[in-house]
Amino acid sequence: MSEDRPDPDALLARVQREEARRVRGRLKVFFGASAGVGKTYAMLSAAHEKRDEGVDVVIGIVETHRRADTEALLAGLEMLPARQVEYKGATLREFDLDAALARKPALIIVDELAHTNAQGSRHPKRWNDVEELLDAGIDVFTAVNVQHLESLKDAVAGITQVRIWETVPDTVFDSADEVELVDLPPDELIARLREGKVYMAAQAERAIQNFFRKGNLIALREMALRRTAERVEEQMRDYREHQGITEVWQAGERLLVCIGPGEMAAPLVRAGRRLANALHAEWIVAYVETPGLQRLPPEERDRVMEELRTAEQLGARTVTLSAPQMSTAILDYAHEQNITRIVLGKPRRSGWRRWLFGSVVDTLVREAGDIGMHLIGAASTPDAVRNNPMLARSRAYLGLQQHSADKKRWMGYVAGAVATAAASFVGWISGPTHELVNVVMIYLLGVMLVAMRFGRGPSIFTAALSVAVFDFAFIPPAFTFAVSDTRYVVTFAVMFLVGIVISNLTASLRTQARIAGYREKRAAALYEFSRVLAASHAESEVVEAAVKHIGDEFQGQCVLLFADAQGRVEYPKAPSQTGSLHGADLAVAQWVHDNGHPAGQGTDTLAGAEAVYLPLKGAEQTLAVLAILPINLRRLFLPEQQRLLETFLSQTGIALERIRLSASAQQAQIKVETESLRNSLLAGISHDLRTPLAAIIGAASTLDGDDARLDVDSRRELARNIHDEAQRMARLANNILDMARLDSGAVTLNREWYPLEEIVGGVLSRLQPRLEGRPVSISLPRDLPLLHLDAVLIEQLFVNLIENALKYTPTDSAIAVSASRDATEVTVTLADRGPGIPPGSEEALFDKFYRAKPEQTQSGVGLGLTICRAIVTAHGGRIWAENRAEGGAQFHFTLPIEPEPDMPPVDEMPPAGAEAP
Amino acid sequence: MTTSRPVVVVIEDEAPIRQVIRTGLASHGYEVHEADNGKLGLVEAATRKPDLVILDLGLPDMDGVEVVKQLRTWTSLPIIILSARTMEMDKIAALDAGADDYLTKPFSMGELLARLRVSLRHVARVSEDAGSVFELDGSGRKMRVDLAHRRVLLDNTEVHLTPIEYRLLAVLVKNAGKVVTHRQLLKYVWGPGHVDRPHYLRIYMGCLRAKLEADPARPRFLHTEIGVGYRLAAE
Repeated sequence: MSEDRPDPDALLARVQREEARRVRGRLKVFFGASAGVGKTYAMLSAAHEKRDEGVDVVIGIVETHRRADTEALLAGLEMLPARQVEYKGATLREFDLDAALARKPALIIVDELAHTNAQGSRHPKRWNDVEELLDAGIDVFTAVNVQHLESLKDAVAGITQVRIWETVPDTVFDSADEVELVDLPPDELIARLREGKVYMAAQAERAIQNFFRKGNLIALREMALRRTAERVEEQMRDYREHQGITEVWQAGERLLVCIGPGEMAAPLVRAGRRLANALHAEWIVAYVETPGLQRLPPEERDRVMEELRTAEQLGARTVTLSAPQMSTAILDYAHEQNITRIVLGKPRRSGWRRWLFGSVVDTLVREAGDIGMHLIGAASTPDAVRNNPMLARSRAYLGLQQHSADKKRWMGYVAGAVATAAASFVGWISGPTHELVNVVMIYLLGVMLVAMRFGRGPSIFTAALSVAVFDFAFIPPAFTFAVSDTRYVVTFAVMFLVGIVISNLTASLRTQARIAGYREKRAAALYEFSRVLAASHAESEVVEAAVKHIGDEFQGQCVLLFADAQGRVEYPKAPSQTGSLHGADLAVAQWVHDNGHPAGQGTDTLAGAEAVYLPLKGAEQTLAVLAILPINLRRLFLPEQQRLLETFLSQTGIALERIRLSASAQQAQIKVETESLRNSLLAGISHDLRTPLAAIIGAASTLDGDDARLDVDSRRELARNIHDEAQRMARLANNILDMARLDSGAVTLNREWYPLEEIVGGVLSRLQPRLEGRPVSISLPRDLPLLHLDAVLIEQLFVNLIENALKYTPTDSAIAVSASRDATEVTVTLADRGPGIPPGSEEALFDKFYRAKPEQTQSGVGLGLTICRAIVTAHGGRIWAENRAEGGAQFHFTLPIEPEPDMPPVDEMPPAGAEAP
Repeated sequence: MTTSRPVVVVIEDEAPIRQVIRTGLASHGYEVHEADNGKLGLVEAATRKPDLVILDLGLPDMDGVEVVKQLRTWTSLPIIILSARTMEMDKIAALDAGADDYLTKPFSMGELLARLRVSLRHVARVSEDAGSVFELDGSGRKMRVDLAHRRVLLDNTEVHLTPIEYRLLAVLVKNAGKVVTHRQLLKYVWGPGHVDRPHYLRIYMGCLRAKLEADPARPRFLHTEIGVGYRLAAE
C-alpha cells in the first residue's frame, strides 16, 4: 500500500454520498444553450429508450410548444394529468407533485426545471418539486437552459439585455447525476426558428430580432459548453480522487465575498461563485452589519438576507458579522478563517470624500497583507430597481415595534425643544455675568443630553434649534436673526458641527450599547434555556421549557408537535400552556416532519401557511416539528435570530434525545430484568406447584379408587399428606400474591400503634401448630415504645422469617426472638441455631428467587425474604442478615420510633372487687 | 339446647367449597342448606329456620357485608364469615356489621367445626342466661370471672383490675370464643367517641395480659387476631 493513500474522512464522505445517492433518485439534466435546441425531444427519446428497457416511465409534465415531432414522441408513454390551477382568471397547467409521489414510478419526466409554480402550490419552484421527487427515490429527467442558471443570470443579462427571472440554483445543477448537453449550432437553430419549428411564425420573427440574435446564440452556446466542461472537469477530479490518484494541489483557496446592502450585492455573489468555481475554492459570503447599517429600513435589510440566502443556494457558506468597523471585522474574520482572497465591490465614495473619509477598500488593500483582492465593478443591469436610500434611511429601523419607536422619536423632538428653551433660560438669567462662550457650552450640553436619551435625529434638531435661538436671543442685535459681527458665523458653524459630532458619537454609542444589550439578552436567554433543559428529566418538561423560552424569545406563540407511533404528526395531548400555539396546520407539520426541511410562511415550501414550521432534528430522524407564529415574521428570519432559533432547536433536540435515550436504556434494562425474573419465577413456580400437586393428586386418587382395601391409618396418612401439601401450595400462592401486590405498589400501609409484644404473640399463636416441639425464646424489653406499623404486614414479616428458620434449621433447634431500642429505632432480631448463611450471600438472600440451596427440593420459590425486605423498607426500616459467632444465623430488622400518640387517661381506681355491683 | 340436628345455611358461590362444607358438616350431625348467591341465601336463611349462617364475602350478586346487614335487621342468629386473605377491610366491616366470627380461606374443617361449636354454644348460653360466672383453664392457670360480683380470680387469688381493664375483660368474656373487633371493643369500653383510638385498646390489653397471662408474649387467654381484634379463648 502506498503512503499517499486517500484521506479516510474523505473516503467516508464519498461512501456516504454514494449511500445517499442509492436511496435518492437519480437526476439527469438535459442542458441546452437556449430554447429550441431540442432538449424536450432528446429527453422524450431517452424516455422511450428507458421504457423499452422495461423501466416504469411516466411523464410528469412536458411543454411540447406544439412542436409536431416532439408531440409525436408523447405517444406510448404514460402521462400524469396536469393539475389545473385557477390564477387571475386563467387556468394554468401545473405539475401534480402529489399525484407523482402517489404513483411512484421508477423514472419521471419533468420538463422546465426553472419553472415558477403557480401561487398556492406546495413549492414556489419546480426544482423544489424535483428535489422532493428525488428524496422519494424517484429518478427524474429534466431540462434546463443555460440562462436559467443562477450564477450565470447576470452574464446572460449582460449579453442579451434580457433579465432572467426564473432561475435554478447551481447546487441543483451540480448535484445532478448526469448532464447531457443538447447542442445545436446557432445557424441551424435560426434555420429551425424560421421554419417555425420552435415558435409560431409571427412569434419567431420577433424572437429572432430580439433574443435569438446570432451573437447572443453564440455567446449562450459558449456558456453552455463551458459550464458542461466545468462539470466534466469536476467529474474527472472526482474520478481521480476515487481511484486514489494524487497530485500536487495548490494550497486550498478560500474566498471571502463581502457584500453590502446596495444593488452590488447580487453581482458580487455571482462573481464570487464563478471565481470560487474556477479556483475550486471554498467560498464564504459575509455581510458586515455596522451600527449604521443596523439602522437600515427593514426592506433593505431583507434584501441583504435574500442575497445571503441566494449565496447559500449557490453553495456558499454565509456569515453575518456585527462590528463597529467594516474593515477590521473583515480582516479579523479573514485571518481567522485563513482566507486567501477577498472579493469586494468597487468603492462608491470617490474624489475628495474618499480622500477625507477613506474607504473600506483602501483600508483593506493597505492592511490585507498576503490576502489577494478582487474588486468587482458595478454592471448596470437593464432594469435594476433603484429605490431611494435617503428616503428609506430617514426612517430609522429599531428592530422592534415601529409604532412605539415613532412615538419615542416624536417625544425626542419635543425634548429637544425643551432642552433648547431651558439652555436659553439659563443663558439668559446668567447672561450679564457670563461670556457668550459659556452660553454656547450650555446649549451643547443640552444637545448631548438629548442625544444620549433620544438619539441622532432629535439631537441634530436640537443643535440646529440651539444655533437659531442662540443667534436670536444672544447675538447682537438681540431678538433678530441678523448678525452684527461676521465672527459669530464661525461660532455658529462650529457650534452646529460640534453638535452634530456629539449627536453621531452618542448615537453610535447608544446603538452599540443596544446591540450589546441584545446580545447579552440572547446569551442570557440561551444560558437560562440550557440550564432549564439540563435540569429536565422528562420529555414534558423539555417541551414545556422549549415552548416557553422560544415563545418568549421570539415573541410569538409556538407549539411542539410530535408524531405518533405511525409517524403521523398530531396535536399535543397534554393541556396546553400559556402562549402555546393553537390550530397549527398538521398537514404542513407532517411535510416538515417527513422531509426535515422548514416550511410555512417565509420559506420555500407551503408559504401560504400562517405559521412557520421548523423541524427539530435529532441524530437520526426528525424528533418533532416546531410551529411558531411570531408577531414579527421578519425578526424571525434575521440571521442572528435564525442562528439563535437554530441553537434553541438543537438544544431542545439534544435534551429530548438525551431523555429518550436514557428512557430507552432504562426500558431495555427493565425488560432484561423482567425477562429473567419471569423465567426464574416460572421455573420456581412450576417446580413448587407441581411437587405438591403430584402428591395431592396421587393421594386423592388413591383414596378415590380405594374399595375399602386401605386400613384407617393408611387413609388418614393419605389425607394428612393432601392437607400438608395443600398448605404448602397455599403458602406459596400467598407469597406470590404478596410479592405481586408489594411490587406493583398496590399496598398502602394501614398504620396503627401497636406494642411489639402483641404482634409477636399473634404470630406465635398463628404458627403454633408448626412450632410444636421447637424451643422458642422471647425477650422483649419492658420499655419498648408503641410502634406505628401495618400489623398485617409486620405479622407477615415475622411469619416469613420464622418459616425461613423452620425450613433451614434442624427440627428441634432453638429459635430466639429479641428486641432492643435506641433513641430512633427498635431493632428486632430473630436468631436460629441452624447451619447459618453461606458466606458472601448475606445480601443476595433478599433478592427475588434466591435459594440457599437450589438443588434442595424442599425450598420455596425464594420470595419470603424479598417480601420481608419490601415490608421493612415500606416502614422506613432496614433488614440484614449475619451469622452468629456461636453458630446459626440471625436476621435483624429495624422499625423507626415515631412520636407516640396521646395516651389514654390514667385509670387507677380502687380494685374492681371493692365496688358494689 | 334442642336435641334435633342443628341447621346451617351455607351461602357460597364456589361449588367445591360448598361441597366440602356440606360433607364435613353432615358427617358431624348438621343439617346443611346451600345457596350460591346472596339473594337466594337470604331466602334460605328466612325459610329454613337455621341455627347458623356460613357466609362467603365474595358473592357474585351482592356484597357479603350487605347480606350481614340485611340478616341483622331481623335475626341475631350467628353468622360466620368466610373471606379471602386480601379482604381484611371487608372482613372487619362484616364483623362490625354484626357477623359473629370469621375464617380465612383456606381453612381446615377442624377450625370451621370449632367456630361453629363456639357460636352455637354462645347462643345457648345467652338464651339460658347462665353466663354470670366464666371459668377458663389455660396451660395450668385457671381464670374465673364472676360477672355478677365483678370479681376476677386467677388460681383462686383475686386480681385487681382497673375499671377499664375490667370492662374490657367483661366484653371479651361475654363474647368468649368469638372475635371482637377493635371498633366494637372501643365502643363498649370507652364509648362511641373513641373508636378512632385503637392504641388505647392495645395499651390496656397489654396491662390486662401482664396481670392475667403467665407469658404475655404467648397468651393463653387473650388472643390477638392481628388487624381485626381480640378473642378470649373459650375452650
